[in-house]
Amino acid sequence: MAELDTSSGGGHKKGPGVKKAKKLSTRIDLTPMVDLGFLLITFFMFTTTLAKPKTMEINMPYKDPNMLDEEKNKLKSSVALTVLLSKDHRIYYYEGIGDDAKNTPNVKVTGFKQKNGIRDEIITKKKMVDDLKRSGALTAKDQMTVLIKPDSTSTYSDLVNMLDEMNINDVKVYAIIDISDVDREFIRATEQANGIK
Amino acid sequence: MGHAKIPRKSTNIDMTAMCDVAFLLLTFFMLATKFKPEEPVIVRTPSSISSVPLPDNDVMMLTVDTKGRIFFAIDNKLKRKALIEDINAERSLNLSATEMNAFAIGASVGIPLNQLKSYLGSSPEQQKSIDQGTQGIPTDTTVTSPNNELASWIKSARNTNPKLRICIKADGDASYPSVSKIVKTLEGWKIFKFNLITNLKSIPEGTAAFAEANAAKKE
Repeated sequence: MAELDTSSGGGHKKGPGVKKAKKLSTRIDLTPMVDLGFLLITFFMFTTTLAKPKTMEINMPYKDPNMLDEEKNKLKSSVALTVLLSKDHRIYYYEGIGDDAKNTPNVKVTGFKQKNGIRDEIITKKKMVDDLKRSGALTAKDQMTVLIKPDSTSTYSDLVNMLDEMNINDVKVYAIIDISDVDREFIRATEQANGIK
Repeated sequence: MGHAKIPRKSTNIDMTAMCDVAFLLLTFFMLATKFKPEEPVIVRTPSSISSVPLPDNDVMMLTVDTKGRIFFAIDNKLKRKALIEDINAERSLNLSATEMNAFAIGASVGIPLNQLKSYLGSSPEQQKSIDQGTQGIPTDTTVTSPNNELASWIKSARNTNPKLRICIKADGDASYPSVSKIVKTLEGWKIFKFNLITNLKSIPEGTAAFAEANAAKKE
């Protein structure tokens, strides 16, 4: 404590050896700090993922192996459009549910196209169901139903595209169903008729 | 010669304002950033018009690549830890504490359960090379099948976190049967609601959805 006393004695004159303290500027060079700031900004800008991935919600029909056949809803074939997804993004479709063995449906081929693709077909079918409702052949409760049956050669993008068509065309009722042997036969016959191998 | 004397100005400019802006932006990006979770494989998802964003938390991600290999991931380190303990006990894998920790801090797994122990024991670099050649998580069309390991993963994950949203992120070129197996497995556990991850595309003009979107905009 005693040492302190010597430097700041009584506040009188400084000795000849004591230098006058220079007034330092309070300004500091900010350039390196700005450099660093921008470097970090660049880093975060490149690593950030601002756009979050989008998802499509899907609800599968409730399935229970113990469910009795009588409890299942019967689908009127006049409201149904069956869509078979096959290889090379080809789509086979027919009206109805294809359960009538005597009366085989007229299976047609199309694809995901802007013109005359599956979309136009869905829109036509929708109009048809609406007309039938107006004429009284169908009740107001009946809704157009699309049965999507992807076969083993189709890809996941076909399925998503098809589900997307349902959203695009505002089809309320649709279901993804396992393909049956009957449908496989339809595809085979249509392929033969159209010369597709 | 009457030269006008140009006053010499100092080249020093005040950096304070620039510094302020720089750090403001820095703070924004630091807060807004969320690091991309490490992807085991490159997946190009198909596009749809659906614009529902992926939830932030409680996501179970099932990734399917072009070859149909399945990778499984959930978020949240604590839940991952609980999950691996659960599956370790159920399938008696004899995992050590360090191996379980490796799972908790890791990303996704796509390996059969019998190889899981050696996979978790190896370094992250080795794990990456294993991911290249792995067959993915084995699955089947029924949940009761003993080969359906995906079913065990899903069951344990839902035990540890019942709020999990299930998201399928599949490559557009993945074959339908490989995705179908996952859907069948989910149906076997009575899960009928799940999300498919897609890219956003614009709604085509002149369609029902287009009219609806326009009507919503006008309101």
